[in-house]
Amino acid sequence: MDLKTTYLGLKLKNPIVPSASPLSYSLDSMKQLEDAGASAIVMYSLFEEQIAHERSELLHYLSHGTESYAEALSYFPDVQQYNTGPEEYLEHIHKAKKSLEIPVIGSLNGVSVGGWIEYAKKIQDAGADALELNMYYIPTSLDVSATELENKYLEVAKTVKNSVTIPVAIKMSAFFTSVANIAKKFDNLGINGLVLFNRFYQPDIDLEALEIQPNVILSTPQALRLPMRWIAILHGRIRASLAASSGIHKSEDVIKMLLAGSDVTMMCSALLKYGPDHIKKTLADVEQWMKDNEYISVQQMKGSMSQKSVADPAAFERANYMKSLYSYK
Amino acid sequence: MKQNRKMVTIDGNEAAAYVAHKTNEVIAIYPITPSSPMGEWSDEWSALGKKNLWGTIPQVVEMQSEGGASGAVHGALQAGALSTTFTSAQGLLLMIPNMFKIAGELTPTVFHIAARTVATHALSIFGEHSDVMAVRSTGWAMLSSNSLQEIMDFALISQAATLESRIPFIHFFDGFRSSHEVMKMEQLTDEDMRAMLSDELIREHRSRAMSPDRPVLRGTAQNPDVYFQARETVNPYYDACPAIVEKAMRKFEQVVGRKYELFQYFGAPDADRIIIMMGSGAEAAHETVEYLNAKGEKIGILKVRLYRPFSAEHFLNAIPKSVKQITVLDRTKEPGSTGEPLYQDVVTTFSEAFINNKMPLPAYPKILSGRYGLSSKEFTPAMVKAVYDEMKKSQPKNHFTVGINDDVTKTSLDYDPTFTTESDDVVRALFFGLGADGTVSANKNSIKIIGEDTDFYAQGYFVYDSKKSGSTTISHLRFGPRPIHSTYLIDKASFVACHQWFFLEKYDVLKSAIPGSTFLLNSLFGPDEVWDKLPKHIQQQILEKKIKLFVIDAYKVARQTDMGNRINTIMQTCFFAISGVLPKDEAIKAIKYSIEKTYGKKGSDIVQQNYKAVDQTLANLFEVKIPNKITSNFEMPPTFSPDAPEYVKNVLGKIFAGNGDELPVSAMPKDGTFPTATAQWEKRNIALEIPVWEPEICIQCNKCVMVCPHAAIRTKVYEPILLTNAPSTFKSIDFKGAEYKGWKYTIQIAPEDCTECSLCVDVCPAKSKSEARVKAINMKPQPPIRESERANYDFFLNIPDVDRRTAKIDTIKGSQFLRPLFEYSGACAGCGETPYVKLVTQLFGDRAIIANATGCSSIYGGNLPTTPYAVDQNGRGPTWSNSLFEDNAEFGLGMRLTVDKHTEMARELVENLKGQIGEPLAGELLNAVQNDEADIYEQRERVKILKDKLKSINSPEAQSLNSLADNLVKRSVWIIGGDGWAYDIGYGGLDHVIASGKNINILVLDTEVYSNTGGQMSKATSRSAIAKFAANGKPTAKKDLGLLAMGYGNVYVATVAMGSNDLQTLRAFIEAEAYNGPSIIIAYSHCIAHGINMARGMQNQKLAVDTGYFPLYRYNPMLAVDGKNPFKLDSKAPSKPLKEFTDLETRFKMLEKSYPQRAKELSVLAQGDVNARWKMYEHLASSGDGAEKK
Repeated sequence: MDLKTTYLGLKLKNPIVPSASPLSYSLDSMKQLEDAGASAIVMYSLFEEQIAHERSELLHYLSHGTESYAEALSYFPDVQQYNTGPEEYLEHIHKAKKSLEIPVIGSLNGVSVGGWIEYAKKIQDAGADALELNMYYIPTSLDVSATELENKYLEVAKTVKNSVTIPVAIKMSAFFTSVANIAKKFDNLGINGLVLFNRFYQPDIDLEALEIQPNVILSTPQALRLPMRWIAILHGRIRASLAASSGIHKSEDVIKMLLAGSDVTMMCSALLKYGPDHIKKTLADVEQWMKDNEYISVQQMKGSMSQKSVADPAAFERANYMKSLYSYK
Repeated sequence: MKQNRKMVTIDGNEAAAYVAHKTNEVIAIYPITPSSPMGEWSDEWSALGKKNLWGTIPQVVEMQSEGGASGAVHGALQAGALSTTFTSAQGLLLMIPNMFKIAGELTPTVFHIAARTVATHALSIFGEHSDVMAVRSTGWAMLSSNSLQEIMDFALISQAATLESRIPFIHFFDGFRSSHEVMKMEQLTDEDMRAMLSDELIREHRSRAMSPDRPVLRGTAQNPDVYFQARETVNPYYDACPAIVEKAMRKFEQVVGRKYELFQYFGAPDADRIIIMMGSGAEAAHETVEYLNAKGEKIGILKVRLYRPFSAEHFLNAIPKSVKQITVLDRTKEPGSTGEPLYQDVVTTFSEAFINNKMPLPAYPKILSGRYGLSSKEFTPAMVKAVYDEMKKSQPKNHFTVGINDDVTKTSLDYDPTFTTESDDVVRALFFGLGADGTVSANKNSIKIIGEDTDFYAQGYFVYDSKKSGSTTISHLRFGPRPIHSTYLIDKASFVACHQWFFLEKYDVLKSAIPGSTFLLNSLFGPDEVWDKLPKHIQQQILEKKIKLFVIDAYKVARQTDMGNRINTIMQTCFFAISGVLPKDEAIKAIKYSIEKTYGKKGSDIVQQNYKAVDQTLANLFEVKIPNKITSNFEMPPTFSPDAPEYVKNVLGKIFAGNGDELPVSAMPKDGTFPTATAQWEKRNIALEIPVWEPEICIQCNKCVMVCPHAAIRTKVYEPILLTNAPSTFKSIDFKGAEYKGWKYTIQIAPEDCTECSLCVDVCPAKSKSEARVKAINMKPQPPIRESERANYDFFLNIPDVDRRTAKIDTIKGSQFLRPLFEYSGACAGCGETPYVKLVTQLFGDRAIIANATGCSSIYGGNLPTTPYAVDQNGRGPTWSNSLFEDNAEFGLGMRLTVDKHTEMARELVENLKGQIGEPLAGELLNAVQNDEADIYEQRERVKILKDKLKSINSPEAQSLNSLADNLVKRSVWIIGGDGWAYDIGYGGLDHVIASGKNINILVLDTEVYSNTGGQMSKATSRSAIAKFAANGKPTAKKDLGLLAMGYGNVYVATVAMGSNDLQTLRAFIEAEAYNGPSIIIAYSHCIAHGINMARGMQNQKLAVDTGYFPLYRYNPMLAVDGKNPFKLDSKAPSKPLKEFTDLETRFKMLEKSYPQRAKELSVLAQGDVNARWKMYEHLASSGDGAEKK
């Protein structure tokens, strides 16, 4: 059985890639993922806010209260050399590359053109095989139009893409008026892959403290419907690789996504829930299904049920809505 | 061999440390102002791997006290190392025993001393020579540096001379004036130092060291038969020493080119009058000599460089033959002596010369003695001139003072303050800034730019506030074509910058501006509108002195360029743009270069923001067209309450207004005693926003009142009738609760005393039902409500305090109705220590005696002009004193012993006078239990009756009882200090005192660093935190002081963290005080030195407890008496990893940034510390170990 696939130009041994998650915090767990069969790993994300804020925060706290009172003109040793950004992250990539065989994909998360983008190059220099750019922006202003917003996304994508030579994937949001169009625009910029879709951290209300608290809810298998549709629609219509993300928990989900047209499937919640060895089981199940259904390679499966390839392309369109209602009846 | 040496612009401490670090192998340090930076530099350089001349990184070790540091140096020297230390004042005094030893053993070393006032009637951190003069009997050579260049040069010369002479050297310079002045100087090179230091002499030093391979015995005990003779063996070394120093100076001249003499004369070769002195003041005198000689005077100055061994021969040779009159100036006071030390040396030398027919002068000169510059008192050319003028008089004053107005013993010389030697080609710039606005940093940067990028000489000196919140800074900068000798503040400024508009209301910022000077003002108002907004006295001076006025809205530019509220770069650019020190374009280029240098490593966006700010500045800087007339009626409002008592207003008010220099001797108390309750008269108005109470939302928990570090938010319950004359905006609501049913409740803010820390808002648990962001207190702009809230606060203060007998003191709510007797301190906004101190005063303040260790708490507790310790409506309140840093436990124990003794004596007298006093009263007095407020009230009433009765009894015993009777009311003795005291320097004493079994209460304000001196590591510092002296992270765990105290079994011990569990804190304080034996409370105090958001300090405390970083417990020996386990663990098992806490604090985060690998290793160990400690405490809590101990 040939499980090999190509994503962002990287030749991968199978289509299961752990997406950005705390599992990449330590080398040990990354090694476990590799041993369990992960074909590549997306590192946890480095946030624009983290880079920019950490700098000014450090500067603020190192100088806060200084030069005010004669006996304590400063409160910290004058450490002349320190890392102003998350150098630890780069070091981590560097080490991961040394100890893992599989490709390591760096992950940057940001939405504006700024100093943080220099970290794209630094991630490349640290040895990452590719870079995933995670962009999500909550346009709370009533005055920002969709076009302005899209241009902002494109500008950041372009700046990042131009700053590196390694392949760049964009993990995009599903909340575009025209998902296909923005995907095409990213594609036109030479972006090497699209990850569909980004799951937002949604705010929650803490009833005791009466405060808004961001918390992460792990995805459920139901979440995979949305990316599956758009992967099916985009497959074969853009040059960029496609990665499916959200709701991929078991072998059926992987298989469906591959059939819809994704090059890889990204797992996160299921791995957090069941541990790295879940990959091994899923791969075995995928193989079994392929065997049972007489598929010989992932390549063969990929996109075989994309919008281009299915008997009823409208099934991915609005007509589908009518059918759903009928089936519900 | 003149080399092209690097010019550097650094301060005196750095200059000394630079040479010391290069020329030593072992450096033992301990922080004390103003010498601390020398140790800090050494530690940082070693942490960075900087090597000394011989290619090895000096080992730097922080000790527990200066005594310890000198002991460690002594040992290092004995073992053959080149070793040094740095210190000042009491620190030097603690080294005396070792200094005698080191000198007695002829051991070469140099101690670098930033000379500082030794505390007498008061502590002072400033400069004078009382400390170095106190060690002149130790047998050390003493070399005095007057200027910053000399500090670097003499550090090397003394190192060379000590190796050759074997006499240890004190190399000293004036604290602050020299240690903290920033000046352009030539940096000595490694080659210079190598040329000066003989490897052979170093080898000889090593060969004398202790080694088991060639064993010796040193440090013997000797008897009357030989000690004396042995003591005289060293004489040849002392005899030889001056010539050795002279030789080193000659060598230095050959190598470096600068010429020094043991006694160096400057002035007219045929001078008739000279001054003899040492220290920075000699530079001001030198400048004055040159100025006056140019005007035809014939005067001179003899600078004493090598003060010990005092070479009479060199001294006499240095005096011009023409001299008829000499004034010796000493920067110290020796009460009761025949004169100050240098004067005595001079007189003795002349006297011996006369007797031995070696008098170099035709006649015995007239020799006068004067004192100047104590505690960094200004010493200006005007004063120098007065000294020379005095010598002209036929009946000159001797043993005079200069620089003050001594209206008591009339010692002071008059001087003409308008006299100046300042030259027009020197730019003299004054900058008024806030500590927080970066003015000083920007100015230090400007000095570096000018000093290092141009041929100009530059000098900077900075005057700071004693307040730690809202503090003002005044920078004094000089730039000129020649080396600058002006070792005094600028009072004739050619440029004045005012970086905060509100200073115009507080200070006469143009007082020192000369005619034709330039005034730069950071102003909200543009060039067309600003004139009418200026106070009258400013307008007046601008017109009279024809001052050019420039304005910029720096905060606007900062906002526009993403600089937040950092205006330093903007104001600095303005200075360069209009002062003309450098051509504008060149200056802008230099600023940008320096921005790149300063921030380049901190992120490109920060550099870009600063560049943008520089560019935007020029477009927003405007010269104001000055109208011809005064349009303002607005005068400076009083900054000190006019309602204050006369003495407070006329003396303390004057100090507060910055005019303390004008106070005569008679205005000051003779023994350092001041009234308390004076902070209330300072109206600092430093908060831009203050909390505003929403009565309807409030749940009346009083948590806000408890956490307020400044007692600026208060609560009262009172009968509704008292609201009759309330101001219309005064807020009140029905009290919720049974104890004061039907009464009213108010939370009131002190609008002019609040420091805007917002801790109160952060802890407020009540939220509006309709708008969750609105709490029961919310920060709102102060200016619009200042007037109304001032009236409300006045009204509030006049509402009677609750009767202490009725308050439920053991609840947070009830305890906070007790009036704080610690209010409006100058501590940092959001201070983590002061809420605990305030709590002590609320619970026990009306009968508290406080011994306070030197440190933050003694500064915000007792730094002039005012004290936050206050009195209640009966005039009772804490009585407070500070002795030293190291002896506070013993100091407090002494108080307890006296209270106990006087109580015992009073009881004996009551017993003796029973017949006259009457049995029931005597019995009641003797048997009163005094367990609660009601008991204490009753006892006070009895004492009142007793005193009335005693009036009619005419006997010595009755009189004696009258003076002791107050002791019949229970006293509460508190010993308060920080962790530097409790864990380090004072630990021996603290340990002894808790072992005494006496009823004392110790409050350790544990910030885990020496906060007051700028965050040096103590043994309370946790593993993996960076601190000064632990620049690469503390490698060892925090000392468990509580556990050590529990070891005694009979000591009440508690750890508390108010932000985590306020009720546990309250209970611990009550139990500790109630326990009739030693108690120690270790109070976790968040601190500005942690690099945290101070507004959320209480949350950091909570996380410290939740992660197990700071577990809470109480160990109450009284429980053991009942057979119970005395140890009660009050916090829950750690629910979060330590990292959640450490991630919040820069002290831990910085290590990850600077030494990531080490950070990783240490953080694993630190988590291990937490786990192990918790396990042990759990064991104690469950096993009842403590019970067995009892």
